[in-house]
Amino acid sequence: MRHIIAVLLENEAGALSRVVGLFAQRNYNIETLTVAPTEDPTLSRLTLTTQGDDSKIEQIMKHLYKIIEVVKVIDLSDSEHVERELMLIKLRAEGSAREEVKRTADIFRGQIIDVTPTGYTVQLSGPSDKLDAFIRAVGKISIVEVVRSGVSGISRGDKVLTA
Amino acid sequence: MVGTSTDSKLETGVTGKQATKLHDADAEGSELMSGGDMLIRALQDAGAEYIFGYPGGSALHIYDAIFRQQKIEHILVRHEQAATHMADAYARATGRPGVVLVTSGPGATNAITGIATAYMDSIPMIVISGQVPNALIGTDAFQETDMVGVSRPVVKHSFLVKRAEDIPETISKAFHIATTGRPGPVVVDVPKDTTDPDLLAAYHFPASIRMRSYNPANKGNGRQIRKAAAALLAAKRPIIYAGGGVIIGNGSEVLTAIARELNYPVTNTLMGLGCYPGDDRQFLGMLGMHGTYEANMAMHHADLIIAVGARFDDRVTNNPTKFCPDATVIHIDVDPASISKIINADIPIVGQVATVLKDLEEIIGTLRAKNPDLPDATALTSWWQRIDEWRAAHGLDHQMQAEPGKPILPQMVIQSLYRATGGDAYITSDVGQHQMFAAQYYKFRKPRRWINSGGLGTMGFGLPAAMGVQFAFPEATVACVTGEGSFMMNMQELSTCLQYGLPIKIVALNNQALGMVKQWQDMQYGGRHSHSTYSDSLPDFKTLTEAFGHVGFKVTDAADLDAVMQEAFSEKYKNRTVFVDVWVDPHEHVYPMAIKGGSMQDMYLSKITSSMQGDYM
Repeated sequence: MRHIIAVLLENEAGALSRVVGLFAQRNYNIETLTVAPTEDPTLSRLTLTTQGDDSKIEQIMKHLYKIIEVVKVIDLSDSEHVERELMLIKLRAEGSAREEVKRTADIFRGQIIDVTPTGYTVQLSGPSDKLDAFIRAVGKISIVEVVRSGVSGISRGDKVLTA
Repeated sequence: MVGTSTDSKLETGVTGKQATKLHDADAEGSELMSGGDMLIRALQDAGAEYIFGYPGGSALHIYDAIFRQQKIEHILVRHEQAATHMADAYARATGRPGVVLVTSGPGATNAITGIATAYMDSIPMIVISGQVPNALIGTDAFQETDMVGVSRPVVKHSFLVKRAEDIPETISKAFHIATTGRPGPVVVDVPKDTTDPDLLAAYHFPASIRMRSYNPANKGNGRQIRKAAAALLAAKRPIIYAGGGVIIGNGSEVLTAIARELNYPVTNTLMGLGCYPGDDRQFLGMLGMHGTYEANMAMHHADLIIAVGARFDDRVTNNPTKFCPDATVIHIDVDPASISKIINADIPIVGQVATVLKDLEEIIGTLRAKNPDLPDATALTSWWQRIDEWRAAHGLDHQMQAEPGKPILPQMVIQSLYRATGGDAYITSDVGQHQMFAAQYYKFRKPRRWINSGGLGTMGFGLPAAMGVQFAFPEATVACVTGEGSFMMNMQELSTCLQYGLPIKIVALNNQALGMVKQWQDMQYGGRHSHSTYSDSLPDFKTLTEAFGHVGFKVTDAADLDAVMQEAFSEKYKNRTVFVDVWVDPHEHVYPMAIKGGSMQDMYLSKITSSMQGDYM
């Protein structure tokens, strides 16, 4: 099962390499990874998605927590949460396809953020499966380039992850 | 480039002018000093007694600071790997962290094996590595290695100190992290300009360290401990499975008290030997791949296992899916990641071993005061009967039959060593058959007396380890049990032994082969000894040792063994390094040996018998 793990870590040189190193060292898989400082510049928040059964995820969480710079770890998939991923996608859009691409972007509530005579660049955000669905809908032939941010997530309701 | 800048520093002088500067103070009354002096001062303030090290370009400012002080003694080794093993063994024997100092590049990479050794066995150690100056980092400078990167998978934590003023706090943090929670090695990488003798800064050594991101567990969860106490007292076939964590966590005394109070059998891991008296009736010996028949049988048939400071290593469990089918598992460990990693714990308790065991002892006392019939005495008596039957049937005493005129059996050498040392020596070992024989036959009665590389299995560990222990306890009897293969991996340290007059005794079980490799080749590869023998090219260890200025013996006849061993440990050689080269039967195997893929009760018991069929060849 896919899990979304959020980590608060000290915003220090080398901290990220310890997190990434752990996954390589212990033979765990990272599917997506996103990291940036929080409102407190001494802390970074990292969100990663990984696959594994409960015991594997438990080990991943415990080992993440053992990293000295890691302040807090939470498995967002454990409870109600919101997840979003940002995608920038450059599409070929010429002739009759031009209108079709725009229509598809509208259906997915994407925004066209760059226009050329031969194509559009669309910005789209949502859960990863929505981005997957958009890619399927426009079709391989029209895709020129895809950039995905990786998943970010936050718990619903009053639950918070703070230092 | 480095050379030039160093020379210009020397011209401005580390002499008179510098020395007066050291006693200057800033506005708050803190002393002003250079990074190099701060580093050494911080090590002093952290309580370091020795630095085991080897100088080189990037560490020279630090070495000059060592020269100008008296409090810490620096031990000059012959290879950086040996420095790490000495510091590691010093820590194992004393419980205090060992300190290593190496230069950048090859100095740092040579230290890696020793860092990994300490990491795998959770040993507190501080490794200070010189680094090229900040401005040269990343330029492939002379003797540059990304030490923080290279060591990352084998350290508990690491620091790169870019500014002199950060040195005291970093050292304080390094000691705090290395010694608390599950201990481990911490690397402090120090670029050369950080220790520049001309750049002075205020020295503030924080007496205590608080980190929001690091709060290791101390007390165990009370409800879990009560559950564990109840399960312990309800058990009919209990066994205490105690590992190295009991020694590291100073829990031997309370563990022994609980075991005695309940009359429960105790088995130790390779790392745990000595945490319960090895000559006690309740002690079943080591468990696991080369554990005793009775320990492995008792584990397999137990209805309750209390694992304390042990981590269900693959060398213990054999096939985890067949592990101890009837057992409820209580697991006490300071590291939550060790719990339910290999074997699911029914009652997990995270906390310091000594603290948790003391709480457990108290609750057991309360429960037994209410119900004196616990635990079930009849069940326990019949459990002990079964254990005694196993012990009588295939105990270690049955493993060797010496015959007159035949080669010396390696087990006999350990027994002879045990007699010569009164069973009370610090014994270090290398890795291989001799290590297993020592673990099986030397009955360790106290914690911290058995010093070996259990997790990483580092050949070359034994000699420097013995030296580290001898530095810690100059008056103690320290012996290194080794094999000729392991010994040759760090024998250059014989020179260090002479320099510091270390009276360690080295006992080599010389079978003219890489014995454990050969044993596996005998058992699993049709006896094809691929690159495991070198009998035509071995040195004469007696004269080799003598060439280093020490005393050497060679024993080939069993009749001489005890006399030579007694002499080696006699007053006569009280102040000398002694090497006893014992030629043992090259065909001897270590038994019992776990049958691969089986459960804990599946063992080969000799070349022709196993616990499964009684006879397998």
